[in-house]
Amino acid sequence: MGKKILLKGNEVMCEAAVQAGCRFFAGYPITPQNEVPEYMSKRMPQVDGVFVQAESELAAINMVFGASASGVRCMTSSSSPGISLKQEGISYIAGAELPCLIANVQRGGPGLGNIRASQADYFQAVKGGGHGDYRVIVLAPASVQEIYNLTMNAFDWADYYRNPVMLLGDGISGQMAEPVEIFPYKPIVDLPAKDYILDGCAGRKPRVVKTLVLKPTDGLVTHNEHLQEKYKRIENELSLYEEYQTADADIVIAAYGITARIAKGAVSLARKKGIAVGLIRPITLWPFPSDAFATAAQTTGQILTVEMSHGQFIEDVKLAVNGACPVEFLGKGGGWYPTEELILEKIESMAAATAKGNL
Amino acid sequence: MNKVHFDKHRCKGCGMCVLFCPQKILRLSDELNDQGFSYPQVSDPDRCTACGLCFRMCPDCAIEVDKDGVKISDKKETTDLAK
Amino acid sequence: MPTLKRTEVLTDVRTHYCPGCGHGIAHRLVAEVIEELGIRERTIAIAPVGCAVLMYDYFNCDMTECAHGRPPAMATGIKRVQPDKIVFTYQGDGDLAAIGTAETIHAANRGENITVIFINNAIYGMTGGQMAPTTLTGMRSTTSQDGRGKHGEGPPLKVCELLRSLDGVCYLERTAVSTPKDVNAAKRAIKKAFQNQIDGKGFSLVEVLSMCPTDWKLSTAQSVDFVNNEMKEAFPLGVYKDKG
Repeated sequence: MGKKILLKGNEVMCEAAVQAGCRFFAGYPITPQNEVPEYMSKRMPQVDGVFVQAESELAAINMVFGASASGVRCMTSSSSPGISLKQEGISYIAGAELPCLIANVQRGGPGLGNIRASQADYFQAVKGGGHGDYRVIVLAPASVQEIYNLTMNAFDWADYYRNPVMLLGDGISGQMAEPVEIFPYKPIVDLPAKDYILDGCAGRKPRVVKTLVLKPTDGLVTHNEHLQEKYKRIENELSLYEEYQTADADIVIAAYGITARIAKGAVSLARKKGIAVGLIRPITLWPFPSDAFATAAQTTGQILTVEMSHGQFIEDVKLAVNGACPVEFLGKGGGWYPTEELILEKIESMAAATAKGNL
Repeated sequence: MNKVHFDKHRCKGCGMCVLFCPQKILRLSDELNDQGFSYPQVSDPDRCTACGLCFRMCPDCAIEVDKDGVKISDKKETTDLAK
Repeated sequence: MPTLKRTEVLTDVRTHYCPGCGHGIAHRLVAEVIEELGIRERTIAIAPVGCAVLMYDYFNCDMTECAHGRPPAMATGIKRVQPDKIVFTYQGDGDLAAIGTAETIHAANRGENITVIFINNAIYGMTGGQMAPTTLTGMRSTTSQDGRGKHGEGPPLKVCELLRSLDGVCYLERTAVSTPKDVNAAKRAIKKAFQNQIDGKGFSLVEVLSMCPTDWKLSTAQSVDFVNNEMKEAFPLGVYKDKG
């Protein structure tokens, strides 16, 4: 067991990135992720990396685009309004099939919203956000330790699939300090050679990194089909979730990130009251662990989706369940977060309604 | 003999070479190339000084200038209008 | 022996540019400079969005193309990671001076050690002749049909004059490709802008006033006259900054 240190989620993400070999960071300050550029501005020069405080989120993501085309592990981070600005670049990077990490420490929206935690960027993260048929691998850590672990994994998966990865956190987990076991980075996949990078054409033919494909039938259609094949492969290989006390559960909570952490407490409270409740927590939001929910829907009575937004995550849960059992909802956006007691209250009302229905 | 070589199939018939030829010995052809453009012809090759202004002003790299009159490239189709 | 022919830094692909367009001349000048400096195998070029978006088909070096206006940001990423490489952007007026103004100004102000080739033809060519940030006052375009300035468009944006005040900038020169003399001067300026990067001197930008006969709806000769008479008056040629 490695040593444990007390760090904020945002700082842990940075350190994990550095450990995983990230040597380029470009970003723009926005609350609640300011620890990230601050940490990186100090840390990058220590490891001969590059830190650039960009003039905008647009510039930051395009600096990352350039760094990735140069073959270095690279990342940017922001919070909701800034992530909206980055969508242009994310679409280009996905289209050009380059790896990078984008962290979204979500805050309340829409618009400038507020600086409280939120999960209202779910659609933007998992359904695209930018233009075109592309996908971004989306990871949802539920603890500071998991931020450390998943950030390291994110760089591996980005390189392995040549695809952007988004770490979808929130203002709570970003600002929260917890003891974290720091362990050295070790790749979890066989990393492919980067035979696409632009480093001057010495001794080889010139390379081009581009997203413009003008030939309509054998060009862009083929490129899109190629991307879709890759996305299908990612869906088959990389669908991660945690299942908690679902075996005998009459009610299964669906929640991700910090909401799942709170929901876990509600599971314990409910079980103390004699209600058999479990939890399915997607760790990857794309690919969505649909099979886990489809399977649970066959054995459990109903599913309760809890999210810090007004019904975004629930759409993927319902698609996975496909009508096999009722799916209830508890959620609000704008900086609201659920307490264990609030979730318990909802569970009790669901259990009571079921009992009444059975009479 | 000084020579200017035109790759007539690269030419888009803009006439920059005609415009800037100090000897005024270039004119655009009546026939068209495979892109549908007129292309330059030398009306009086003996007066060409191989100054290279046509090459410098050509936006399509369709001109090669050879001061010694040696055919520069046999790799692509050129129109030796001096003949 | 051949004295003047296409440099091998350019591919033999025929360009898609319209007849009389200045991009072809500017491409050749940049390519010849790359050849003369012997840097082809360590050059990474960034194409803009606009007429020159396909320049990766024409240059025989590593190339990329990025979102409209963002080449200076992407160049920053590439150059910071690979400081030993030669990185240049090639941008039109819309890319550099409208949608990418912030990226241009901040890359310049940071003193990024890159070379920027800025083609100013006072019009949006690729999209069919709309008003550019550099469209001249009174000049008609498809989105300033009464002539720029009648309906609150403001005057043309002068990039060299704007960037001159930034301490991070090393070298700024405005050139043209509308006469043989200008073409020679443009090549000298472009060579200096690349040499500055090789010498680690920082941000160098060469503006090139260029013809767009198609969207100006002028003949080749009229287009040349337009650059020489109208554009050079609005955008005076010369060295705007040279830190040496």
